[in-house]
Amino acid sequence: MSDLMNVSSNPHIRSKVSTDKIMLCVILALMPATGFGIYNFGIRALYVVLISIASCVLTELIFELITKKEITITDLSAVVTGLLLGLNLPVNVPFYLPVLGGIFAIFVVKMLFGGIGQNFMNPALAGRCFLVISFPAAMTNFTCDAYTGATPLTMLKNGEQFNALDMVIGRTGGTIGETSMIALLIGACFLLLLGVINLRVPAAYIISLIVFVGLFGKHGFDTYYLCGHLAGGGLMIGAWFMATDYATRPVTKAGQIVYGIILGLLTGVFRIFGSSAEGVSFAIILGNLLVPLIEKVTYPKPFGKGGEHR
Amino acid sequence: MAKLSFNGGIHPYDGKDLSKNRPIVDIVPKGDMVYPLSQHIGAPAIPVVAKGDRVLRGQLIAEANGFVSSNIFSSVSGTVKAIEPRRVVTGDLVESIIITGDNRFEEVEYSYVDDVSTLTKEEIIERIKLAGIVGMGGAGFPTHVKLSPKDPDKIDYCIANCAECEPYLTSDYRRMVEEPEKLVEGLKIILSLFDNAKGILAVEDNKEDCIETLRQLVKDEPRILVKTLQTKYPQGSERQLIFATTKRAINSDKLPLDAGCIVNNVDTIVAIYSAVKEGKPLMERIVTVTGDCVRRPQNFRVHIGMSYADLIDEAGGLKKRPEKIVSGGPMMGFALMDTMVPTTKTASALLFFSRDEVSRSKTGACINCGLCAEVCPGRVVPTMLAKLSERGDKEGFVKLGGMECCECGCCSYICPAKRNLTQSIKSMRKEVLSDRKKK
Repeated sequence: MSDLMNVSSNPHIRSKVSTDKIMLCVILALMPATGFGIYNFGIRALYVVLISIASCVLTELIFELITKKEITITDLSAVVTGLLLGLNLPVNVPFYLPVLGGIFAIFVVKMLFGGIGQNFMNPALAGRCFLVISFPAAMTNFTCDAYTGATPLTMLKNGEQFNALDMVIGRTGGTIGETSMIALLIGACFLLLLGVINLRVPAAYIISLIVFVGLFGKHGFDTYYLCGHLAGGGLMIGAWFMATDYATRPVTKAGQIVYGIILGLLTGVFRIFGSSAEGVSFAIILGNLLVPLIEKVTYPKPFGKGGEHR
Repeated sequence: MAKLSFNGGIHPYDGKDLSKNRPIVDIVPKGDMVYPLSQHIGAPAIPVVAKGDRVLRGQLIAEANGFVSSNIFSSVSGTVKAIEPRRVVTGDLVESIIITGDNRFEEVEYSYVDDVSTLTKEEIIERIKLAGIVGMGGAGFPTHVKLSPKDPDKIDYCIANCAECEPYLTSDYRRMVEEPEKLVEGLKIILSLFDNAKGILAVEDNKEDCIETLRQLVKDEPRILVKTLQTKYPQGSERQLIFATTKRAINSDKLPLDAGCIVNNVDTIVAIYSAVKEGKPLMERIVTVTGDCVRRPQNFRVHIGMSYADLIDEAGGLKKRPEKIVSGGPMMGFALMDTMVPTTKTASALLFFSRDEVSRSKTGACINCGLCAEVCPGRVVPTMLAKLSERGDKEGFVKLGGMECCECGCCSYICPAKRNLTQSIKSMRKEVLSDRKKK
């Protein structure tokens, strides 16, 4: 053995977890909701989602080609962003909206701030909020062949009656991927079982929203009313798939609980006191901005200094 | 009884099946023996032999330089060929005594003791000190220093670290299977130094057979308990082991003594037994030679000082070309440039891997997943520490608990972006430590 071996610092073994595998898991976990969206709203839903994904991936690719950076689209994170953005659009948006939303999400929010892991806001939600502000009519028009009129959450806000079972299954109006609580929960369970996400953020988020809505929603802890809040709007997709986004939630464990509680309170405020029925997107984006501060005040105590029992 | 553990940690593929059923084999060293003067923490030893001298096996060849240092002995009989710098496992050049063996293995006479209980505490520590025993788990801290706390009455637990949590390593396991009596006798010797202490044999639950044997051996020893640990890396890390067995937690500013504990690993305790009972200095240790490239993985009783290169032939040679060779465990061991380095008191294993996972994984950007913080036994956030380290922010690094890192490697192992977090944190720790020394 005359030639020299590889030398590196310890450790010399690596786990099989990798960024692209994690992203693939998230994509798979969103498939039930995507599938239901297409079933619920028709084939146009698929086109919206595909255009959104293509817009995100191409934006990242072109940015990296122009700036001569390493091509990172194979890590699949742009696909996740595109998929989430698409699922957060109404089915009848003009096709240039997913294109614009994808460009904003990837170019402005992700790449300009340094690419994967560096974005200070969830890119998909930032893209959606950009579209909501810029094209409010198209973004809030949930009328389609299957459903006309208001979304269940708006009906809830206006004190109208809705069918709770339809909401849980997802046979209602809304954005493509947000309507089916069951489909989203199947995906969430998949991610929980694989350890890709944990319960800290979603549980804190959902519980604090229930408490807030119960206290200030003027219906008390009425099951029917609370069920509407849980199954309606973007809460399920937001709590399980957007609020758990690694880059924009605190990395500290205590911080994740604090962050979840803040999201729940903000969502409650927006839903109950705001002019719009929906509040998840803006709550998460505002919460994202607080993350550095939350991390600073919740940095854990090390082992031997009080942190050994966590 | 619930299995004892700590928070955090990982479960890597353990690879122990390759060598765990291979009995310890003695090997006769050939060629020159190399004895680095520094194979322990503390001042390098001072040679007491000169070029051309004839030495016997068991003869002192270098003397401890001060209290925190250690004697070094020849493990063969032969002639001193040179005293010169030689390459060691860490890649450094270290002044070493080179001895050409004569294959006769003529030994000095050892001062055997019939009844250990007739020795005073001072005599026991003196015999351990004389024998040049250091922590053989890898740290190499002189054992007589560890066993000489200011207030011996304040020691509550003497823990035998039988965790062997590093993947692939089976040397401690084989010791426990083949010579458990020596381990128990050695622990009894340590306990005789500390009147108020209980002995704990702490074994991971992947070694059920050892737990059973040890329980049988200590059933009439009121002062010794066998405790079962959850199999998890780094269960054998000193701080985590103390926490798992006693629920006492110490940080980096403290010593096990501060928690009333003294921890020694299996090989060290057996060496203590040999030194105190048989008067034998530290000349041998068990080394596991394994990995997917090795034709016949094996546990060897090695004459300290022989070259790693000689161990490969004894293990049937290599069946595949290795990409990486590691001295010690895969989590905390040292990668070797080549095998022409000597075995030392702290060499626990020699591993040959056909795939170097480090060079084959491409490092990406941190995705902030937080897995490193989940697994970190020091309960800090490695990704934040690594970023501070890369930015050169010493103050921030220390503030966020960077010095609490035990360099176990869990964060680099688990990182999905394959970032070399441990390496970044390690290098900053070195800088901070050297700054502190300067002051």
